[in-house]
Amino acid sequence: MFIAGGTNLVDLWKYNLLHPKLVVDINHLPEHRRITELEDGGLRLGALVSNADTAYHPLVESRYPLLSKAILAGASAQIRNMATNGGNLLQRTRCYYFYDADVPCNKRVPGSGCPAMDGYNRIHAILGASGECIAVFPSDMCVALAALEAVVNVSGKNGGRRIPFADFHRLPGDSPEIDNILQHGELITSIDLPEKGFAQNYSYLKLRDRHSYAFALVSVATALELEGDTIRDARIALGGVAHKPWRVREAEAVLVGKKADEAAFTAAAEVLLTGAVGLKYNAFKIELAKRAIVRNGMMALHPETQLPGAQPSA
Amino acid sequence: MKIQSAVGQPVSRLEGKLKVTGAAKYAAEYDVPDLLYGYVVHATITKGRITRLDTGAAKALQGVVDVITHENRPEVASADLKYIDMDAPPGLVFKPLTDPEVRYNGQPVALVLAEDFETARYASGLVEVEYETQAFETCLDHNLDNAREPGKGFSTMLKPPPPKPTGNFEQAFRDSPFKVDAEFRHGSEHHNPMELFATTTVYEGDGKLTIYDKTQGTVNNQLFVANVFGLRYEDVRVLAPFVGGAFGSGLRPQYQLYLSVMAALHLKRNVRVVLSRKQMFPFPHRPQSYQRLRFAADANGSLTAMNHRAISETSQFEDYAEVVAEWSHKLYPSPNTLFEYKLVSLDLYTPMDMRAPGGATALHAIECTMDELAYEAGIDPLEFRLRNYAETDPSTGKPFTSKALRECYMRAAEQFGWKERNPEPGSMVRGNKLVGYGMATGIWDAYQFPARTEVIITGEGKMIVNSAVTDIGTGTLTVMTQVAADELGLPIEDVTFSYGDSKKPFSMFQGGSAMTASTGVAIVVAVKALKKKLLKKAKSIAGSPFDRAGNDDVAFKYGHMFLRKQPSVSVSFAEIVAANGGKPVKTTNMGAPHVLKLRKYTKSSHSAAFVEVEVDKDLKTITVTRAVSAVAAGRIVNPKTARSQIAGSMVWGISKALHEESILDENLGKYMNANLGEYHIPVHADINELEVIFADERDDLINELGVKGVGEIGLVAMPAAIANAVFHATGRRIRELPIHFDKLL
Ligand SMILES: Cc1cc2nc3c(=O)[nH]c(=O)nc-3n(C[C@H](O)[C@H](O)[C@H](O)COP(=O)(O)OP(=O)(O)OC[C@H]3O[C@@H](n4cnc5c(N)ncnc54)[C@H](O)[C@@H]3O)c2cc1C
Repeated sequence: MFIAGGTNLVDLWKYNLLHPKLVVDINHLPEHRRITELEDGGLRLGALVSNADTAYHPLVESRYPLLSKAILAGASAQIRNMATNGGNLLQRTRCYYFYDADVPCNKRVPGSGCPAMDGYNRIHAILGASGECIAVFPSDMCVALAALEAVVNVSGKNGGRRIPFADFHRLPGDSPEIDNILQHGELITSIDLPEKGFAQNYSYLKLRDRHSYAFALVSVATALELEGDTIRDARIALGGVAHKPWRVREAEAVLVGKKADEAAFTAAAEVLLTGAVGLKYNAFKIELAKRAIVRNGMMALHPETQLPGAQPSA
Repeated sequence: MKIQSAVGQPVSRLEGKLKVTGAAKYAAEYDVPDLLYGYVVHATITKGRITRLDTGAAKALQGVVDVITHENRPEVASADLKYIDMDAPPGLVFKPLTDPEVRYNGQPVALVLAEDFETARYASGLVEVEYETQAFETCLDHNLDNAREPGKGFSTMLKPPPPKPTGNFEQAFRDSPFKVDAEFRHGSEHHNPMELFATTTVYEGDGKLTIYDKTQGTVNNQLFVANVFGLRYEDVRVLAPFVGGAFGSGLRPQYQLYLSVMAALHLKRNVRVVLSRKQMFPFPHRPQSYQRLRFAADANGSLTAMNHRAISETSQFEDYAEVVAEWSHKLYPSPNTLFEYKLVSLDLYTPMDMRAPGGATALHAIECTMDELAYEAGIDPLEFRLRNYAETDPSTGKPFTSKALRECYMRAAEQFGWKERNPEPGSMVRGNKLVGYGMATGIWDAYQFPARTEVIITGEGKMIVNSAVTDIGTGTLTVMTQVAADELGLPIEDVTFSYGDSKKPFSMFQGGSAMTASTGVAIVVAVKALKKKLLKKAKSIAGSPFDRAGNDDVAFKYGHMFLRKQPSVSVSFAEIVAANGGKPVKTTNMGAPHVLKLRKYTKSSHSAAFVEVEVDKDLKTITVTRAVSAVAAGRIVNPKTARSQIAGSMVWGISKALHEESILDENLGKYMNANLGEYHIPVHADINELEVIFADERDDLINELGVKGVGEIGLVAMPAAIANAVFHATGRRIRELPIHFDKLL
């Protein structure tokens, strides 16, 4: 196993959830610890750059402010200083049952069962879940990366691959133990951001049980390209609702050519939440997500209304 | 030169620098040679029995010295009585590693002892345990029908059962024009002090032990260890000079103490046992509770009937009880009352006092019900409280030793701007936010325990004060130093308060907001005796000008004793000690509440909390934007540490109302969020303006110092004030804590 910032790996290890035989420290690979401009106008984020250095990088702040806001909505200042971009993509779910080695969990021990199904499933998935697993992927950063259509660069025994962000994480299906398509031994080297950064109209909204240092119950990354008040291009990704950042292209298509207003975002929200299923404790997420999409759409028209911690606009 | 009196000054914590520089040592931090590290193996089932235990693999690991289980446990006391500590509720104390029965999830089943911590922790995962499981119940709500009367015992003295009914509640409730019938619930909460529970036991040989323990009561734990392990009291010394918070969880000896001492005696070595955060969840906690309140008022808004029925959780082996049901009658008069308190035994560990036990639970329900009733009657919530204001204790008819609650209401309301409030729910708006104003009343008992202190005048003319009391982070050291300094007219630099050691004179455990009154009064009594002794010693100096002076003729200042009528005639403390052959002058005395006199009074502190919340109009996220608490707690010895206590309790109140919950999975019978990442308490971003006001409350009756204690009174009113503000903002009554914002969607 690779260890980068260790903010997730070491916890899992100490909680007796992981028993790595070999741990390889990848922190001494300077070529993956930098942010560089790409010839096509994009930006390459080295896998070992810390979440904090990424969020505060001048080029990220000016060209991809949505990413900056999403990163800063996550964890705490201390954790962001340690956490790396590569590690962020590979952090494990925060499902309570996954985190307790003494109870069954299909993600941890395939076939052992899922006590979350009829347990306390308030933080769990409403979209894309399976009969095996209802865990959600907890990252904030990745919600923005999904909206920005980033590309993940990996290198392995058989050379390198470029993985479009939408394909990187997967739904649980009947193998919930697998979070993403990375192969054993493959190293994430960097993440490429395409030229289009939606720096004019964007917003990240994170709804959670306290105003900082808590994972999202629902989060929304919205990026708009406007011409006057007409939407030319739109991206909406949801966090906290599924086993991966949730994007529905049809929902974005609904917005194109429309006036950017609550009615348009409401229509898009309905499409995005199509097929959502609520469980005993998390059904509220469906309505919450819809309202969040609408509010965040309006916030994207005025990115300056963003409050610290990605709270709803005042 | 004039020494400013220290009491009343905002003196900064004397140990502050030690704490912020890391120099202060906590129970798990004492360097002792040849230390063995114990790590606990816990049960992974909720109820049943151990059918097989294999410690072979763990023992085979290099560095592992022993694994103690119920099968090879060394000899300890067998009589249940020996395990009863000062705060033990009625029932049988749980004895770790005694038998194969599993009574709750996370129960300790083995202790691994190794030469270093990592090895012990790793080896704990190698202990194999097999179980036979049984059906269990951990959910209070599903078992309300099994509620029963609590058992009675020693602790019932401090926590009596509810009083008998008065009048005819049912009829009065039926006949009253305004009424509310509401149910309130909250799950368990855990104390979660920052410092993990830990014990370092130093094996001194000859049956002697020195124990660094995380506790709120050094003497309580000394007696426990001596009783259980058959040692002489004087051979057991428990030290707790610094305690990283406890909030009630340290009132009783916790099992890491038992295991650490057992291993030390067995292996004749120094042993440290530290619990992990996760292991501090199958542990004492604030019990789950259910409350149903039915309050009614007449056409004038006077309360006519109050019924408070409370049901809480306890374990299968002890009956932990709280005072919940009758608090309303200490605040409001009502001719018809009916108070009921019941327990349900569940397969969980015994609950324990957690900051404002019972009161915090009760006042949330009472003060929300009062708010609802005020709305029913169409009266402003503050005005409704004032109409039902009690000058004397309505439940007994006795006067209060003092009660400045009215001043609390008025000053806090003024400071807060309560009169700007439009009573219509949802009517006050600020951009995307609905603004709500809510208020509530708080009350807490003013306790005082008997305590002893020793005071010593040294050869340098300085004073040392000795007490077994702890300072759990409240400021006890600082406050006691201030009290002692003033009593003898010394600057605080010349006073050393030495504490946190069971060898020093007796103190009860630190709880109930009682320490300033208890230890403080003991200091006052001891210094009085010391003054007499100093005079006596001074008289023995040849040609002493104090020859004919009586105790009332002398005064003490700047390290001198002098004649009141002729202040130029004086003798320094150093001279007196010198004349005493250089032997320090000392005395040990006991301070105790004036029980006979005080029987005629009710002793309570009071508070009023006013809270503003903003609730997002669409997303319903809740923010407490500001809060004002006014507190009447007698004399405030140190406004700085007292303010910290109140502001800290206000944060706790925000936590209780909006964040804190121990998530109990009823199918698994265990807590699922056993870490501080998921057990949510507020972070800085959740806390905005907090204002603390102390009412001028002079109390010459309650005790020599006129103090009442400030550890809990700042908490009790907050949760209801927040819930009421949320109602005012949204028109929604959420009667379950914590109020998750999604319940407002
Ligand atoms: C208390 C707490 C709260 C948090 N809150 C949030 C939050 O609100 N929002 C949020 O988004 N995140 C949150 N986080 C998660 C945090 O963002 C992740 O832990 C962090 O991003 C992981 O990065 P790391 O470098 O520390 O990874 P590590 O812990 O070092 O590694 C994590 C995993 O990634 C693998 N790995 C790491 N780098 C590479 C690489 N280059 N190639 C291949 N494999 C690799 C490791 O083998 C391991 O499996 C929180 C974490 C904690 C502890």
